[in-house]
Amino acid sequence: MRLLAALDRAAEEAGALARLGARAAAGLFTPPFDFRAGIEQMDQIGVRSLGVAGITTVFTGMVMALQTAYSLPGLGVKYYIGTVVSKSLVRELAPVLVALIVGGRIGSGMTAELGTMKVTEQIDALRSMAADPVKKLVVPKLAATLVMLPALTLLGDLLGILGGLLIAVFQLDLTAAFYANDVISSLTLEDVVSGVGKSFFFAFFITVVGCHNGLTAEGGADGVGRATTNTVVLASILILVSDFFLTKLFYLVG
Amino acid sequence: MSALYSVRGLVKRYGVKSVLEGIDFDLARGECLVVLGRSGTGKSVTLRHLIGLEQPTSGSILFESLEIVGRSERELQPVRRRVAMLFQGGALFDSMTVFDNLAFPFREHRVCPEAELAGRIAALLDKVHLPGTERRMPADLSGGMKKRVALARALALEPEVLLFDEPTTGLDPMTSASIASLILATQRSTGAAALVVTHDIALARRVADRIAFLDQGRFRFLGTFEEAEAAPDPLLADFLAGREEADDVA
Repeated sequence: MRLLAALDRAAEEAGALARLGARAAAGLFTPPFDFRAGIEQMDQIGVRSLGVAGITTVFTGMVMALQTAYSLPGLGVKYYIGTVVSKSLVRELAPVLVALIVGGRIGSGMTAELGTMKVTEQIDALRSMAADPVKKLVVPKLAATLVMLPALTLLGDLLGILGGLLIAVFQLDLTAAFYANDVISSLTLEDVVSGVGKSFFFAFFITVVGCHNGLTAEGGADGVGRATTNTVVLASILILVSDFFLTKLFYLVG
Repeated sequence: MSALYSVRGLVKRYGVKSVLEGIDFDLARGECLVVLGRSGTGKSVTLRHLIGLEQPTSGSILFESLEIVGRSERELQPVRRRVAMLFQGGALFDSMTVFDNLAFPFREHRVCPEAELAGRIAALLDKVHLPGTERRMPADLSGGMKKRVALARALALEPEVLLFDEPTTGLDPMTSASIASLILATQRSTGAAALVVTHDIALARRVADRIAFLDQGRFRFLGTFEEAEAAPDPLLADFLAGREEADDVA
């Protein structure tokens, strides 16, 4: 019985997420457009995530290069470092890691902000003044995340490859030209499109989960805290699970 | 005079927990009805139903001839433009200045060009005796000032009905008295009807045309303050006199 009740709750939650997602997506294409709010959100979501996204990807690129060279020493893999680092980063590691790290940061921020507004009746105040909280608060965040997360992913691709270059040159005694040549000859447009394509989906999941948990938070600071934790957990799980299916999908399509 | 609001058989249950068990009342144009009751009896819930922030389990709420129950957010917009609510904590948007908070209803409904906003907002702040506070952030205001700014925001679109949720809770007696004066002055100058939810007897005595006493999900009493004082109801008499509950004493 308890299992049934839990399933019932999960289904209800999934339905609510889907409804919010649909309303927010529709809101992206219905005027009036609040460009000022969108740009403010881009700053908060994108520009202020540059540091974490950069550090994550540079070091991942460096580790990838080291691991590849040292774990398979006899196979001469070191001459394919550029291929290994760039393919794995661009297709997989940069989109997923950037989504996890940046998603944790911005998703929890959205929940905390909207959750505090909910428990202090600011969301009700919006509704009472005949304004739509989804259009007013969720849509600018969704628009900003849909622009900024793929942009951060692209930047992460670049920085990760640069991280690999550092290791290739200073640890593995390859020339920069050799590494760069390897990267350029192996990396295809499909690799980039599939990686950045994933990040659009991740951006959507992060925003919808973050905003939904905020808008439904209850019970003061404690409730907002719980909702925030829930956002990080649920958004991460959605990113990792959907990544599998998206990878399948992009291989089928590409 | 025709009723602006008519509420009939309003029932609200959250799961198995029952809050309202059948509320009936009318609110006439220009009238001030004060709903009294102990904490947690569903006073605020009643208020929230009137602009569709909550949907009842059953019952009917007519605003003029429009049924509010079961309406979508979009369908409720015309009602919400004419009815303003003052929330308990003020519910000012804390990421915005006082100016932007007051500008919000004007901008949202494109009432006037941006150039006119400054004048209109200054006039609103004058009404609540807070001139020159446009650039302040809500976090820098005291509780009483927040409520007054919130009142100014509620007045922005010249509503026909004002809903007050515990307007004096958490304020000192002098600030409470000034809020009461503001409610009276607003009502007189705009002719708006008001529904005030409170457990502040002094406030009720000053502003109420009629009072309702909410207990166990029903209006146990509905009439003028004088009638309430004369009513042969021990619980109401205890409440008005601020006496302890009989159970607690024993």
